[in-house]
Parts: sequence; structure tokens; C-alpha cells
Amino acid sequence: MLRIEGMNTHYGASHVLQGVDLDMPQGRISAVLGRNGVGKTTMVKTIMGLVVQSGGRVHVGSTDITGWPPHRVAREGVAYVPEGRLIFPDLTVIENIQVGERKAGSAWPLARLLELFPSLRERAANRGSQLSGGEQQMLAIARALVSDPKVMLLDEPSQGLAPLVVRELARVIRLLREEGVTILLVEQNMKLAEAVADELHIMVKGRMVYRATPAVFRAEEETIRPRFLTV
Amino acid sequence: MSTLALLLSQFVDALSQSALLFFLGVGLTLIFGLMRIVNFAHGALYMLGAFVGYSLGTWSGNYWLALAGAPLLVGLFGTAFEFSILRRLYRRDAHAFLMVTFGLALVVGEAVRLTWGSDALKVAAPPVLSGVVFLLDEPFPVYRLFLAATGIVVAVAIWQFLERSRLGLLIRATSQNADMANALGVDIKLIRSCVFGIGCGLAALGGVLAAPLVTASNGMAATVIIDAFVIVIIGGMGSFLGSLIGALLIGFVQVFGNYYAPDFALAFMYLVMLAVLVVRPGGLLGKEA
Repeated sequence: MLRIEGMNTHYGASHVLQGVDLDMPQGRISAVLGRNGVGKTTMVKTIMGLVVQSGGRVHVGSTDITGWPPHRVAREGVAYVPEGRLIFPDLTVIENIQVGERKAGSAWPLARLLELFPSLRERAANRGSQLSGGEQQMLAIARALVSDPKVMLLDEPSQGLAPLVVRELARVIRLLREEGVTILLVEQNMKLAEAVADELHIMVKGRMVYRATPAVFRAEEETIRPRFLTV
Repeated sequence: MSTLALLLSQFVDALSQSALLFFLGVGLTLIFGLMRIVNFAHGALYMLGAFVGYSLGTWSGNYWLALAGAPLLVGLFGTAFEFSILRRLYRRDAHAFLMVTFGLALVVGEAVRLTWGSDALKVAAPPVLSGVVFLLDEPFPVYRLFLAATGIVVAVAIWQFLERSRLGLLIRATSQNADMANALGVDIKLIRSCVFGIGCGLAALGGVLAAPLVTASNGMAATVIIDAFVIVIIGGMGSFLGSLIGALLIGFVQVFGNYYAPDFALAFMYLVMLAVLVVRPGGLLGKEA
């Protein structure tokens, strides 16, 4: 569903992504792990068109979206849940969701989203800035889902959340997979990644260096973790 | 004139003055809130509105056509300017916008002089707005009442547009985080073009409404641009409600100041701005406050 071939991205003279390849089948969850600063967030922003890529191609299904502006990428069915959530602070919960609404007949209409996230229904009239971190994360996911995406990019969704909220997040991510949404999960939280992903990837210095199922990763973890993940 | 009649007359006068200031300030603040640019051409577009309104009114003999047509034409001009020139500058720093909008002010000023000449042009209010009405047995110009009423209607309309319409929602979202709105499918280039056009159209509306009071002249731009900046600074850059409060404050300070202490009237406006900045450096409803 989402295919990245040889993605290269520069920030000025800094060569951040150095030929990233990733192929994500429909309805699967692929988690990308890696130390801070290896390029995980840059990869997500490049897919969305928020950062201009200097080489490589990105496909959603059979459509080549390389170099498209963010709003066209979003309209092609890619939804983005950014690191830090980036909720619109002065818009209400409902208004935040409505920004992402585009077509009638979405598989995820507002009423269904409020059923999926009961805490948001209770705070529907509150402004984004008045929500807790967990509520903001659920709102960021709801805001992405309302566009009825084919692919969701989740960048560090568990960051700063209490364990109970992370468990709720895992429940939602699994539910989305059951609904056929393809998910790219960028995470530092290994437990969450292992718990929900079908496939784990590790990024080091702008390249994918490892790919395995969670079961294989667990078997190899003692050698892989110090080599690629711990500081 | 009784004290009550005088106060009522001054109150309506201040409201009408505030309305003119609001048309300028709200456009400036909407543009800044969304695009983070200070439009130095705002005064020139106000002036352009007055002259375009004059020509439309003279050509058609219909004041209402001029009132609707001038903001529309100047708004379309603003949209075209954003689309063709400003859009290329968003990745540059603020200096580029200052230079370009200042340049636009000079070009518009010179184009107005070449097209309409250097003499001030008298613009007549339509007969229905030309007379006086009696408030507490004292005569009061109908046109001033019309200005005050128009200001209230336009303020409510903009507020409802921003709060209730889909485009208003997208404007507010883009003002708060343009990249995030863009990533949610909002074409922020289109939003910017719309808002720049709306801001320019509102400035032109102010110009065409002010013309029967002050004549359409080349000096219009310079006299109002400072007032507009003061309003936006007092209200808080980017705040719709702030621009409304700022326009009301300055409108009342100007009218009452001119009557009771004319020698200090100009100073009062800056004293109000100074007081606001000391207490709330980001303006009354600004984010940095």
C-alpha cells in the first residue's frame, strides 16, 4: 500500500535520509525503531511532503506521490499523526476533527469517532489546549481518521503518555488494523511497537538496517538492541 | 445642545469613526494572523478603494454599486498580487514582505495619482444618506449613523464567517498551525490568497465608506496606516476580537480627545497604546501577552 524506494532527504548540507526503502502491505502495521536523530521523523515528514526529498520515489497503491504538496498527499489517503500531536489549541475538539473532514460517507464519521474515543465526546466543546496529553493523542488520531485514510503515519504516539493511556492507544491501533488501515508507526517505546506491529524495522543514520517480525526480533534482541538501539 | 444630546452625538460619532478604523485593522490583523506578514500597502489599498468607488459611482450613478464593487475589485487585485508575487516569498524572512508590500504601496500611490490626478475628489453620499436625523432634538448626520451601523453589521458578519463557515474554520486552523492544516488536506496556498484578498477588500470598504466624509485624496493612505497599526498592536497581532476592541478604543479616544482636549488628541492615542503594551506586551488579546 505504501512503498518507499531510495528516499534521500537533506537539511542543508546534512544528508539525513540516505536511501530509505520500505514496503508496507495493506492492512499491516510496520514499526520503525531507532535512536534519537537517525531520521525517523524526517522520513515521515518527507512522505507527507512537509520536507522536500532530494531523491527516491514514494507510492501509495499505484499512485506515485513523490514531490506532492502535503494537502495532495493527504487527499490521496495518507493521514498524519505528528510527534507532539500538534492539536490546534484554540479550536474545540469537534472543530479539530472537522478540519480533517473532506467527504461524505467516510468510514470514520464524527459520530463513530466519538464512540471510539468516549473521552473526546465528554470534552467535545473544550478547546484543544484544555485537553490532557492522552486526550490530545486520541484527538490527533481521530482528526487523522476522519479523512478515511488508506495509510496512517503515527510519529511517536506514546511519547509522554501514562502506561494506562499507552494500553488504550495499543487497543486503538489494533482496531485500525482490523479495519484495514495500513499503519507506519515510528516509536521509541519498544513495548508498544512489539505489541502491535506485524513487522519491525530499525533505522540507523538515515538507512533501514534491520527488518524482522516481533517474534524474530525478540529472539535476536540481546544482540540487536545494543548494536542498533541503546545509546 | 444638552449634555446628554452632546454625549449621544459624540458616542455615535465615535462608533462611526471606530467602524472605519475597524475595516482597516481587521484586514491587517487577519493577514498577519494567517501569513505572519505586515502589509505596508494596506493604507494604499484603502485609498484605492476610495478612488475605485468614486469612479464606479460616477460611471453608474449608483452609490450602492460603488460600495459593493470597489471592495470586490480591490479584493480581487489583492488576491492576484498574493498569487503572483507574495506566494514566492513565504520561505524568505519578513524583510522581503516589508520591502514588497512597501513597494506595492508606492506603486498603488503613483498609479492613483496618474489615473485620477493629484486633486482631492469630492464623493457625494446618496440622497437617502445625506440628510440629518434628530437625536434628542439635535440634528445628526445620517451618514455617520450609517457608518456605525455598517461597522456593527460587518463585524458580526466577519465573526460569524470565521466561527461558523467551513472556510472560516480552515482560516483559523491555518492561523494556528499552517503545516498541520496542510498535512490534514487543507490547501493553505488557496487559503492565503483568499485571506489576503478579503483583507484588501475590507481596507477598500473602509476607503469607499470614508470618501464622502474626507474626500478621495492621495494623502488618505498615509493618514490611516498609522492608526491601523496602532489598532492591531493594541488588540494583539492576529486577533479578530482584538482588532475590534482596538478600533473601538482608538475611535472613542480620537473623537472625545478632539472635542475635550484637541491639543493632546493625537498623544492620547499613543498613550493608550503605550499603556496597553506596558501591561500586555503582546496586545490585549495577543498570544505573547
